[in-house]
Amino acid sequence: MKLRLSKTSAVSLGAIGLGLFAGALLMAVTGSNPLAGFWHLFRGGLMNIERFGNSLASSTTLIFTGLSVAFAFKTGLFNIGASGQMLMGGLLASAVGLYVPLARPLLLLAMFLAASVGGGAWGALPGWLKVKFNVHEVVSTIMMNWIAFWTVSYVVPRYLRDVFLETQSRRIPAAASLRTEWLTELFRGSYINLGLVLAIAAVAVVAFLLERTVLGYELKAVGHNKHAAQAAGIDINRRMVASMAIAGALAGLGGFVFYAGYSVNIQIGVLPAQGFDGIAVALLAASSPWGVWAAATFFGILHTGKGFMTAMTGIPPTIADAIIATIIYFAATGVLIENVWDRYSKRHEQRAARRRRVDLEQGVK
Amino acid sequence: MWETIIQITPHAIAFTIPLLIVSLGGLYSERSGVVNIGLEGFMVVGMFAGALTVSLLAPAMQGTAIWAGLLMATLAGAVFALLHAFACVTLNANQVISGTAINMVAGALTTYFARLITGSGNIVIPIAMPRHNLAYLADIPIIGEMLFSRAYASTLLALVILAVSAVLIYRTRFGLRLRACGENPHAADAAGINIYRMRYTAVIISGALASLGGAIFLVTIAGEYNGTAGGLGFLALAALIFGQWKPIGLLGATLFFGLASTIANVSRILPYLAHIPDIVLQTFPYVVTLLALVLFSRSSQAPKALGEPYDKGRR
Amino acid sequence: MGVVVEMDNIRKEFPGVVACDNISLELRQGEIHAILGENGAGKSTLMSVLFGLYQPDSGSIRVRGREVHIANPNAANRLGIGMVHQHFKLVSCFTVTENIILGLEPTRGMFIDTKLAAEQIKQLSDRYGLKVDPHALIADISVGMQQRVEILKMLYRNADILIFDEPTAVLTPQEVHELTKIMANLTAEGKSIFLITHKLREIKAIAQRCTVIRRGQWVGTVAVADASEETLAAMMVGRAVSFGVKKAQTKPGEKVLEIENLHVRGRGGVARVKGISFSVKRGEILGLAGVDGNGQKELVETLVGLRRADEGRILINNKEAGGLSVRERIAAGLAFIPDDRHKYGLILDFSLEENMILKSYHKQRFATQGLLNFTAIRAYAQKVISDFDVRSGRGAGALARTLSGGNQQKAILGREIDADPDLLIAVQPTRGLDVGAIEYVHRRLVEQRDSGKAVLLVSLELDEIFALSDRIAVISNGELVGIVNTDETDENEIGLMMTGLRREAVR
Repeated sequence: MKLRLSKTSAVSLGAIGLGLFAGALLMAVTGSNPLAGFWHLFRGGLMNIERFGNSLASSTTLIFTGLSVAFAFKTGLFNIGASGQMLMGGLLASAVGLYVPLARPLLLLAMFLAASVGGGAWGALPGWLKVKFNVHEVVSTIMMNWIAFWTVSYVVPRYLRDVFLETQSRRIPAAASLRTEWLTELFRGSYINLGLVLAIAAVAVVAFLLERTVLGYELKAVGHNKHAAQAAGIDINRRMVASMAIAGALAGLGGFVFYAGYSVNIQIGVLPAQGFDGIAVALLAASSPWGVWAAATFFGILHTGKGFMTAMTGIPPTIADAIIATIIYFAATGVLIENVWDRYSKRHEQRAARRRRVDLEQGVK
Repeated sequence: MWETIIQITPHAIAFTIPLLIVSLGGLYSERSGVVNIGLEGFMVVGMFAGALTVSLLAPAMQGTAIWAGLLMATLAGAVFALLHAFACVTLNANQVISGTAINMVAGALTTYFARLITGSGNIVIPIAMPRHNLAYLADIPIIGEMLFSRAYASTLLALVILAVSAVLIYRTRFGLRLRACGENPHAADAAGINIYRMRYTAVIISGALASLGGAIFLVTIAGEYNGTAGGLGFLALAALIFGQWKPIGLLGATLFFGLASTIANVSRILPYLAHIPDIVLQTFPYVVTLLALVLFSRSSQAPKALGEPYDKGRR
Repeated sequence: MGVVVEMDNIRKEFPGVVACDNISLELRQGEIHAILGENGAGKSTLMSVLFGLYQPDSGSIRVRGREVHIANPNAANRLGIGMVHQHFKLVSCFTVTENIILGLEPTRGMFIDTKLAAEQIKQLSDRYGLKVDPHALIADISVGMQQRVEILKMLYRNADILIFDEPTAVLTPQEVHELTKIMANLTAEGKSIFLITHKLREIKAIAQRCTVIRRGQWVGTVAVADASEETLAAMMVGRAVSFGVKKAQTKPGEKVLEIENLHVRGRGGVARVKGISFSVKRGEILGLAGVDGNGQKELVETLVGLRRADEGRILINNKEAGGLSVRERIAAGLAFIPDDRHKYGLILDFSLEENMILKSYHKQRFATQGLLNFTAIRAYAQKVISDFDVRSGRGAGALARTLSGGNQQKAILGREIDADPDLLIAVQPTRGLDVGAIEYVHRRLVEQRDSGKAVLLVSLELDEIFALSDRIAVISNGELVGIVNTDETDENEIGLMMTGLRREAVR
């Protein structure tokens, strides 16, 4: 029984390895002990059930933003606007949570829909601008991020503000929170919440959509070769807008689980980093939905562990961001790892061929 | 009304100048065929290097420390650009993703060091670039008053870089080869031009200029390094499209963005803008950018090979 | 006559293939030496070795008697070797002068001296009768003119060993004639020329000697005057080749495609199709002949629905089709074999089976309630694959990317024909294929015609047009010059019509 590794997972694992190595280098250069740093970094994310719960809670948002970026990738689009879509999804969900008096299940459903609509609209608009006016989605989604940023800054202090602080919204009522007693207790008071269940369901739904449905087939066709897709009669413009709308809705749901699950209110003046980390998640996962789950969990552990590491070693918590950023870089330059992989497997194959030949010759004798 | 324009122009110019230099940086890279979405990251690197240098040297060198800061920023940007060049030129990576990585690496790395140095992650510079009436130029009627009185020396620097770039790109050997690389690298290769070397050079210049722009933003407007350039790098990227990858076009585009942002910032003190809700004014620059992109993306004059890795094997 | 180039036992291997298997040949001073072979025979690789694009695995090259190592095209240039590539290496937004001096720019002070360069280029152009305007933009001049710019590039670099890679593929017969004269001028001035081609007639018209290569191996070098086209063809393919395609007489039926006064604008709003009308009937192949870039692309894109007409009507089976979407046209009975199969025909990163349903995945048999039925898809794909003899290493699950060009084309052919269309539009259906695959495609197209389909064949290869078409329509500069019956015309007449001359004027 041999463990067989595919080339894509080799690239991902290689990128993680190189990212961690870069982190180690950074720690060493600045006079810290990398081994102690990593020990505390991972211990901080895993050492007890509460912290593990928090890691999972951190990963929840990243699953959604990672799915968002990965989904757009499948259609050949680069959604760098997950942050803004998250904000809009979170803003609408929070508004519904604060103002709509409904029983809990219905209220959560309403928030779910509001978040999808907010994020979806924020994704669909750049999609529409692209197909209609040829505006590159990278630039337009960035602009949409900032428009969302200022929209939140305008709406929260005026309509949702906290009693004491102008810079954040009121705490959402318990009925509107995804936190739920049994989960919190199960994980000894961690931030973990129902969002994780939603996120895993989303992974399954997206995987099913892409692999089994007509829509998924069409979106992938457009992503691989839009000219051929168009010549085959697929309405590529509508599919691209649809893809961006779905990607936006996924990121919007990321806002829902973050602001109404991980957090209890929404702050102004922050463009959530999870939106950009979603790019790292998607790249590391090579856009596969189940890969997104794995990558998001890994990053969730890093994010939860970094505070503990800082407390124990004095290494700045931004080391986690540096590691993630480096992983993106190496995932982007996957060719590097692929070349090593190819060289290795070629040598391996040659050796196997030689062995076969020897076996054959011996057999003849 | 006229008075208001005279009043806000210096602010608009101050905002335009770093934007112009950053977008000129983008111009070199993109004219050679390499998308540089990492401009924001290079700005952050420039702000960090600049802030560190200025705050270390200011006690000993006073005003000269500003210039030392700009120099260090330029060098830091050039070195950091090697990362992008290595990914895009040597490894044929997806240029947009590499640029995104550049942005994230720049933010994370500089914040890491800033935390180690100051504890807070912010580096406040003790002195800023002074404003002067620039000799002779300030005496020109109207333009002198708007552009060169109480102006930063960096304004002049930016205009010099602009002029040099325009001449370099359109009149010299280097410029012709640079444009050929961005339009049709196979043709350039057949003519014996080393595409890899040209693109490396272009990306390095790009990083250097974008970092310089970041540092100028630091010493004229921001006053501190805090780990972000506030999306200015992306605005510069939009200016590149808006200005259709031409030096003079960039001047127009960045001036336009400068005005739009200044109007948003000073709206509170202008009586006839005071009743407009904040949100309209604050999102104004970004909405305007989107509109500009809508108008200018259709008939795009983008370099034809922009974003395509050059693969020698595929002819 | 002295020998200027000797290539001795050149061997070049690529992973899995031997592109050049110990080939030797020599080029004499002042001769035109043709290199003849099928697509993929290794002739381009051999010349690329001479031009420094590839390094040989073994063998040696002597230029003017001296053994040389040609590390890159720059080294080739220094040895006086120049090459006109099949795909021109020109920057379209640069002027002629800028393109020629690129990499070798004369300067005055810091700046490029364009004026001096333009004068030098004018002189060169006059000397060889090239008639090139040094100040014109590449984007504004004809393909034939662009080719002359490529020739000037070599001359500007003082090359005297010239390699032409399939130079006539993009030219009208008349332009080919002009090129022949230019090449004669060049050899008269002492230049020596390698001509890569797979067209026999050209070799007869231009070259003095010919070296034939088949599957990477040297077959022979002959004096052109002593060899017939049939001999050369047999050497090239390795067996006797029938030039004609067997075709029974058929009676054309009712009109399947009818277009009236069609006007189409291309990029930048330029009129590319100007008032074209014609029809294609059941049981006939209508060949559309013309030089590349004369509106064929826009016309075809409009017919299949990728582009809108500004004016005019398109009727499929007597029903208005001008306003229909691509999918509605497919449903109306239109099938399309594109010239660029990688761009428009296949999704290379999809498996073969996914490609087979590209136009029919939404139909009831493959999809129910939005879900794909993989069992049905695989069964269908396997049927088409075996019907059309598509060879793939790993069956229906193999990625389209991994198939050879011929098998990719067979897959497209299978998908389009199996849809049982009324109208088949085939554009350059044999581009880049070897003789076996070409014969297969031709046979299948004729079979479609015989079974009562209407076929519109768009091709740049006159041989193909003549071999298959019942009638030939000629397009030039977006206008229909005329339609003639194949058995009432010849290549000369069609060639003249391709330059825009009406048939009456031709006769």
